[in-house]
Amino acid sequence: MIKLEGGFIQNLGRVYGLYTMGFLGFVILMAILEAVGVSNTIIGWLFVAFTVLIYALIGVLSRTMDSGQYYVAGREVPAVFNGMATAADWMSGASFIAMAGGIYLKGYPYMAFLVGWTGGYVLVASLIAPFLRKFGCYTVPDFIGTRYGGNVARLCAVIILVVASFTYVTAQITGTGIVASRALNIPFEAGVWIGLAGILFCSMLGGMRAVTWTQVAQYIVLIVAYLIPVFWMSNKLGYGLIPHFAQFDAVSRVQELEALHGVKALMPTAEAQAEAGKLAALKVGINDASTTPMAKWKFFTLVLCMMAGTASLPHVLMRYFTTASVKAARQSVGYSLLFICLLYLTAPALATFTKLSLLDPNVATSIIGKSVAEVSNLEWIKQWSSVNFLKIVDGNGDGIVQINEFFMKGDIVVLATPEMAGLPYVISGLVAAGGLAAAMSTADGLLLAIANALSHDLYYKIIDPKADTKTRLIVARALLLVVGAAGALVASLKLTGILGAVAWAFCFANSGLFFPLVLGVWWKRANRAGAVAGMVGGFLAGAIYLYQVQFNGMTPWIGLDGLRFGMIGMPVSLILMIVVSLMTEEPDAETQKMVEEIRVPGGKSVID
Amino acid sequence: MSKSSSSNREMHWQKTKTLTMLTLIIWYFFSFEIHLWGEALNTAGFPGGYFMAGQGSQVAFALLVFWFARRQDKLDQEYGVAE
Repeated sequence: MIKLEGGFIQNLGRVYGLYTMGFLGFVILMAILEAVGVSNTIIGWLFVAFTVLIYALIGVLSRTMDSGQYYVAGREVPAVFNGMATAADWMSGASFIAMAGGIYLKGYPYMAFLVGWTGGYVLVASLIAPFLRKFGCYTVPDFIGTRYGGNVARLCAVIILVVASFTYVTAQITGTGIVASRALNIPFEAGVWIGLAGILFCSMLGGMRAVTWTQVAQYIVLIVAYLIPVFWMSNKLGYGLIPHFAQFDAVSRVQELEALHGVKALMPTAEAQAEAGKLAALKVGINDASTTPMAKWKFFTLVLCMMAGTASLPHVLMRYFTTASVKAARQSVGYSLLFICLLYLTAPALATFTKLSLLDPNVATSIIGKSVAEVSNLEWIKQWSSVNFLKIVDGNGDGIVQINEFFMKGDIVVLATPEMAGLPYVISGLVAAGGLAAAMSTADGLLLAIANALSHDLYYKIIDPKADTKTRLIVARALLLVVGAAGALVASLKLTGILGAVAWAFCFANSGLFFPLVLGVWWKRANRAGAVAGMVGGFLAGAIYLYQVQFNGMTPWIGLDGLRFGMIGMPVSLILMIVVSLMTEEPDAETQKMVEEIRVPGGKSVID
Repeated sequence: MSKSSSSNREMHWQKTKTLTMLTLIIWYFFSFEIHLWGEALNTAGFPGGYFMAGQGSQVAFALLVFWFARRQDKLDQEYGVAE
């Protein structure tokens, strides 16, 4: 079907064009099957099975035994396609499933994630990625290890990478579990293991090469799945063709409705909240920008942590090792951001239109202000309350659903929107396939980042430098299997919600890696002792602070909660790195020459 | 690819630093400065604060990266250090 050798790179446009047409054709076929009466369960199964099989097929077709192909996809991925792959790599279950729900429930302050997760790419493009591409490394610890020299620096980078990425990957495997269990009607734990099997199929045989081409395919599925329902809703609600522009009128309408329903005035009673458990009622306005200094501080610290995290998460940086040139790496960051924005600009619109669907009494699907009996009888309410994603608690016993009596999990804004807005089931199947693609593609990248660091940096560079290519690649695959299984095991224990763990991964990465990476390029004087001090000190300071705040009941300092512990780790890392570097000898001439070399795109890469 | 002398490289790095500074200043503006004024942007019936946090900054970042990539490439060409 797809010819992978020789002409493949030249024919990428055609191959993925056909693939996209094929996928749209499949969606239409499903719509026809639904119309002739095929059951929802079967349609859900078909969506998941068809897409996962395609990814696995691409994974198998991309198998390789060449280390350059396995680690950096042969460094021949065009900027645009690498942009798509990065976007899929980047947009996780959290972006796809949780983000719109977060904006729905938490309003303006939550949009700090949107700003942080896009602005970080400016740092990637200007401070780090092109230089690492010129450097020519296979992994991020490879850069740290060679730039600063010595196994200790390399090992520190490996450990931080593993902790950050592993935190992140469990969240992604949890995401695949949630989506798979919902779409296939199977227990969550079974969903987790099925998801893992799909993920491993995509990456085991072909490493980075296989992950690249499946991620492009996954991007196409996830973006189609995210956009179609929002466009549909915007038009169905009569706000206009393009939801991104239409949402501003909708925001004004939502503000009227907030006054009508008493959002911010009516808070859930303590008993009702206790009954609802972790589910949340809507308590904030849609556009209450931060006004107090504390609110602004929290907005900005979250933005900063997410940005610095973006620029130091190895699974993102390593995507730019696969482009054909330094120039292409820079451009590719722009394309990544473009493809990410397609989804991120849509998330607030989705949150807004979902709010309208639920709150506006003029809309047939609204539930606030209707009788509890009537609402409880709706098909989607029954379905999603049975899996504990939402709950109606008639706190004042008047038989009417008020704003403070409707409790939900943010995730349903994406997952249940099609049913909520009365769209056909085929859209729900599509959304499930999209959510699965988002979580799987990120999990792929993360697992590969971990396994590559362990196999290349720990095994090959530190333990057995004489290992031949074949042994190295077998070790790499065995590690992939082990790390994946460990991730699935932790995920099946359900330790934290999707987003909590994701934000932690960003803060682990920026506490330990941000300054050693940036200063490795921008400050010639940075040396091994400084880098090790920066990595160890920053990472430990951040981790200990997180432990104290999250598990030991410490009151956060000036609002720096568990999502923002990078604000502790990063300054510690920066100060230690500068002070210790200056106190110890400057790097040798060879290292300084190496830094000069990575600052220009031309010429040979530093390591080959 | 022309052979680059060390003073040429020095100049190239100076210009690269200037461009990077400029990029980071624009980045700072759209990351932080503009959101200081979130409430003030909500005027004349348009939810400007919401717009900037939900869409405006993101679009600005994407344009900024493309602009930066083009400028940096021009610099590399100019000083003969491009690939």
